[in-house]
Amino acid sequence: MVTPAVPVRVGVLALQGDVREHVRALAAAGAHPLEVRHAAELSAVDGLVLPGGESTAIGRLLRVFDLLEPLRLAVAAGLPVFGSCAGMILLAREVLDAPPGQPLLAGLDVVVRRNAFGRQVDSFEADIDLIGVAGGPVRAVFIRAPWVEKVGDEVEVLGQVGDRIVAVRQGSLLATAFHPELTGDIRIHQLFVDVVARNRGRRGQYR
Amino acid sequence: MSDGLTAPEPAQPDDGHARAAESPAPAGTQVGTARVKRGMAEMLKGGVIMDVVTADQARIAEDAGAVAVMALERVPADIRAQGGVARMSDPEMIEQIIGAVSIPVMAKARIGHFVEAQVLQELGVDYIDESEVLTPADPHHHIDKWRFTVPFVCGATNLGEALRRIGEGAAMIRSKGEAGTGEVSNAVVHMRTIRAEIARLSVLDPAELFAAAKELRAPYELVAEVARLGKLPLVLFTAGGIATPADAALMMQLGADGVFVGSGIFKSGDPARRARAIVEATTMYNHADVLVKVSRGLGEAMVGISAGELEPAARFADRGW
Repeated sequence: MVTPAVPVRVGVLALQGDVREHVRALAAAGAHPLEVRHAAELSAVDGLVLPGGESTAIGRLLRVFDLLEPLRLAVAAGLPVFGSCAGMILLAREVLDAPPGQPLLAGLDVVVRRNAFGRQVDSFEADIDLIGVAGGPVRAVFIRAPWVEKVGDEVEVLGQVGDRIVAVRQGSLLATAFHPELTGDIRIHQLFVDVVARNRGRRGQYR
Repeated sequence: MSDGLTAPEPAQPDDGHARAAESPAPAGTQVGTARVKRGMAEMLKGGVIMDVVTADQARIAEDAGAVAVMALERVPADIRAQGGVARMSDPEMIEQIIGAVSIPVMAKARIGHFVEAQVLQELGVDYIDESEVLTPADPHHHIDKWRFTVPFVCGATNLGEALRRIGEGAAMIRSKGEAGTGEVSNAVVHMRTIRAEIARLSVLDPAELFAAAKELRAPYELVAEVARLGKLPLVLFTAGGIATPADAALMMQLGADGVFVGSGIFKSGDPARRARAIVEATTMYNHADVLVKVSRGLGEAMVGISAGELEPAARFADRGW
């Protein structure tokens, strides 16, 4: 584990969704969390979390408040990003079962199917083992959750539920179909904060 | 971190509460837990849930950035105007709305009408609103919501009422306001009341919480939990009378986690535009510059009626207890 002398500054996109839970988990993982609502605030962070929420609503608000292009550029320039659920959808290259025109950041070379596990009555919890997360399985909370249907060559599959891919990593981009921010288990946030800390050496590239 | 997620798990339903449809969730997984139910509401935070009566309206709401729609046959303003018994909507109409949008679909059941709730769960509705806007089916008992896989939202005018609903298994609370009036004052009063009562609990000596539970007529365990957390153990939205972007921002600044808009959108002059404006105001509720921009040129707001002029029998907020 990297323990930087100065905590890394990790933004949480705060347009809609469970922002507070990510802020708390990041703080518990040793980062300095910041809410991000304006493009200018992006330049102050070493990494960014895209929270759970409704991907259609967040996508529209990204456009309305002029965050879509700055975020795409930041992702393309190597800003570390972790997305949970709706955040995984926004980070993907392609999404299935979404309304036409869904804005995507297209950082992760994956195809994601929205609400793939079904409606709320099908939402579930499960114990899953994740590559890169020591200390036993994590309790994963899936809420109207997507899954990853296809992955590109650069994408590492970190975890599955049955034969469905639910956690992936590609360089400094991390995504889960479930909500680690809801359980109080901060190991996945810790993993992301470590990625951000290692990346900070290259700061400036995406500012 | 996992505040409020320690609630008892529902007993396995063994009667009409069980859900017949096959779940695609893989073997060895658990559905309908308190964490899954309350977690769903966490994902709606900072968002707007809109009442819709047709598939077209549902699409307008989704395009405007609603986080969910509430499918119903008549918006509260029409229920008020037309009178009669207000019941659960026709399943066909709810199915059309489910088919029309990709965002969550909620629907209302009458207070205490657990069979309407069984029907809505079987339809695949994502959240059930056990709502005072419909005519109550039971003057004494609310639905035992622990028995269902689908989560419930319930209205409350004060903290005791909110905690009684949570005790019955509600996974989300909304302040009641006075639905169908287009007048925000009751929503303000209810939100301020809930907040003030929470603040009062948080400064009490632990020994005083027993008497507080008695005064609030609420389960002691929940009273102690709220005193410890300084908030409800789940998401608190606001509802009832929100008609403008400024109304939505007002309720957010008063501490709401999100907003239900009933008649306010589709009873106004330009629903699509007003829907977008209320969504944007809810996101940027602390940014007056955005509120100026989105409040401009919205056309007619719903006409509304002053909630203070309602006869006691016409007050929806007094239904439920």
